[in-house]
Amino acid sequence: MNITAQQKAERFISVLRHCQLLGLKVLQADETSLKMRLPYSDDIIGNPMMGIIHGGALTTLMDTACGTACFVALEGMELCPTLDLRVDYMKASESGLDLVAHASVTRITNNVIFTECQVRQETDDTLVAKCNATFMRIGAEMTPAGFRGVIETGDASIYMGTEPLVKSGSKVSIKTEGES
Amino acid sequence: MNFQDTIQQAQTSGDFQPLVDSIPYAGYIGFEFQRFGDNVIFKLPRNIDNIGNPILPAIHGGVIGGFMELAGAINLLMFMDTPLMPKIVDFSLDYLRAGRDQDTFAECQVWRQGSRVANVAINAWQNDRANPIATARAHFLLAKK
Repeated sequence: MNITAQQKAERFISVLRHCQLLGLKVLQADETSLKMRLPYSDDIIGNPMMGIIHGGALTTLMDTACGTACFVALEGMELCPTLDLRVDYMKASESGLDLVAHASVTRITNNVIFTECQVRQETDDTLVAKCNATFMRIGAEMTPAGFRGVIETGDASIYMGTEPLVKSGSKVSIKTEGES
Repeated sequence: MNFQDTIQQAQTSGDFQPLVDSIPYAGYIGFEFQRFGDNVIFKLPRNIDNIGNPILPAIHGGVIGGFMELAGAINLLMFMDTPLMPKIVDFSLDYLRAGRDQDTFAECQVWRQGSRVANVAINAWQNDRANPIATARAHFLLAKK
């Protein structure tokens, strides 16, 4: 398969509906590390007094960044469910700022993968949250052919359809691939 | 009405729906709750927008975590004497089985509330409360009166 680590990561998250709605974007990926951006949005505020992004959106960012890093780190098409996630919230993020997850794969064993991740404000690198996440290895044979096709061709329509993605029953609209 | 007044009014009246309605992330994932006297069950209704695994399909683990974290915070506001939104300090989440594309429920247990920090356990399940899909433990920083 002749695709780059970044393409593999981008195609992986292209079929994760909730991640597409959040607007997660792979900024950089190689065999051991990955950067992923969560754009700021008023829709994911957890504390309206301060305009702070809810921890759940950060958890989703970190889980996705670490899980994608695992998928990229392994050869072939092996999907790894999250076993556990331990998050420390260092500082509330400032309202209006995009966040970037810096994920890395610490160690791969036959059964589990250890990862760690830091979330920083993109503009000033301020540390917002840290996490350690562990993933299970369930084997590449568990990955269905349809999902392999998504990664090989970049065509997400088998899971995502051909209509532009819009959050059902709300005003949130989603940018399509290619827009920044 | 500002958010702090919304919290105070909810604690005075016992009606927490306006408070939940004022939290954008709660609406984003579809967070609901139902009180039964001194007990509360939190609910995350089936929602295609929360899917993070298209194969099974299954709810994104981060959404399950967000749902449980929010349940922990609202539970503290409902039953503990804290006048501000609790701040999450840390969160440890164990995934026990995939969260299928269906309704998810959660309940909380406050193991200890000190003067500054509360320790809350949160369990989430789908079909059977005895077979949780995830279990979590969170520390929240509480505002002083």
